[in-house]
Amino acid sequence: MRPSTIWYTLKQGIKNIRRNWMFSIASIITMAACIFLVGTFYSIVNNINNITRKVEQEVPVTVFFDEGTTQEEIDEIGELLKARPEVARVEFESADEAWEKFREDYFQGSDAAEGFKDDNPLVNSANYQVYLKEIERQNQLIAYIQGLDHVRDINQSEQAARTLGSFNKLVSYASIAIIAILVLISIFLISNTISVGISVRKEEIGIMKLIGATDNFVRAPFLLEGMVLGLIGAAIPLITLYYVYTSVVEYILNQFNVLTGIVDFIPVSTIYQVLLPLGIALGIGIGLIGSFMTTKKHLKV
Amino acid sequence: MIDLVDVSKSYGKGLPAVNHANLHVEKGEFVFVVGSSGSGKSTLIKLLMKELDSTSGRITVSGERLEGMKHRRVAKYRRKLGVVFQDFRLLRDRNVYENVAFAQRVIGRPTRVIRKRVPEVLQEVGLANKYKSYPDELSGGEQQRVALARALVNRPDILLADEPTGNLDPRTSEEIMALLEEINQRGTTVLVVTHNREIVNSMKKRVVTMHEGMIISDEKEGEYHEA
Repeated sequence: MRPSTIWYTLKQGIKNIRRNWMFSIASIITMAACIFLVGTFYSIVNNINNITRKVEQEVPVTVFFDEGTTQEEIDEIGELLKARPEVARVEFESADEAWEKFREDYFQGSDAAEGFKDDNPLVNSANYQVYLKEIERQNQLIAYIQGLDHVRDINQSEQAARTLGSFNKLVSYASIAIIAILVLISIFLISNTISVGISVRKEEIGIMKLIGATDNFVRAPFLLEGMVLGLIGAAIPLITLYYVYTSVVEYILNQFNVLTGIVDFIPVSTIYQVLLPLGIALGIGIGLIGSFMTTKKHLKV
Repeated sequence: MIDLVDVSKSYGKGLPAVNHANLHVEKGEFVFVVGSSGSGKSTLIKLLMKELDSTSGRITVSGERLEGMKHRRVAKYRRKLGVVFQDFRLLRDRNVYENVAFAQRVIGRPTRVIRKRVPEVLQEVGLANKYKSYPDELSGGEQQRVALARALVNRPDILLADEPTGNLDPRTSEEIMALLEEINQRGTTVLVVTHNREIVNSMKKRVVTMHEGMIISDEKEGEYHEA
């Protein structure tokens, strides 16, 4: 394409947008809403995932042993557990350590526990704490451990991670559905905007065709119009979301001091590594699809 | 330059708009196609412009067969033609210069070429000093000159004129015809569809008469006879 043709296309594309600005604004707003929601859900889902992963890593499966299991046998079980692919790491806790921890957690240094003196009430509480890579594979691991000799009991405290996981799934599905609907509406509105532009310029297009304009030459300004609308529609929510995200994170951490240290939000820059190209691609993509479909339909000779 | 062999075009049922037409036009010829409304002359022009496809027969223009021409090829083919219409078909929101330059932009000419070529062709049609005017500020004759300039700016092999004087008074019509003749003398093949009897009879050119889709006469230095 010659520079003069590119320049011409650019000018015509912008002219189209200005000529039917009401439709243009309507498409931009819908698209902006769509991409804003994409960004919001993306941020939420990713943060929940992040938290879930943390919880998963911090909530171990605890394995207790039969009475009278020797240290060698316990070590052997430890080796077997470490060899499992779904296991992140295995920590051993002796009966004394278990009692120590329990005492700290529940008596918090009061003298009430002193009554037990050296008589460890948790004498059979030596255990392995098995940390998983993914919570989904917990059942698999538990089935395996149940098949092992000398295992008395397994404690699985997956509830928190499970709940978060299924909540995340719900959010994901709901957001996919809403986003799909909004994408369709955006395409429809862009297509509408472009077809108004085409009908306004019907005469001009007719003349162009008679003079020998190729389909692509006729189509290019409209495709460009769609792309520009898409780009603006993407830029607005992406910029807005950047600031909204930062301040929401700040607000949550300020309001709920408890969460500091437990809940770790993904930094906005990490989110935007994916969200920025995703949003722009989505905007331009919607714009192109909408305008391409419409020009294909209306610009036949 | 233009070759029609047994060409017919029908729209659905009823009489065909063009009925077994045979026509041969040499390079550099000036041809009038005359006939009353509904005689098929407009359809003929549309066939030549590949706006319509013939139902049967064979059309060859400037070495290109029009039947079965690929859609993509049509745009390139049309660049060999210059076309003017009764209603001028200028873009109202652009001035004379831009209207003519438009035809060059459409085919991707660089701006540098456009800047040189547009004043040249405006000079040829006698509108060099009105390049800044908008179509609505011009008389009918002047508008048709702009349309002619636009048709000629890409140096077409053939100029097709569909009732170019249909909206013009007799004096202006003569001027436009004189201009068409001049263009023809510079080597462009010109085909004019008209039902302006005075003009046809005064110019002593080849006249092809159509009636109900058929070519009923084809005379060198002919006259317009009412069928």
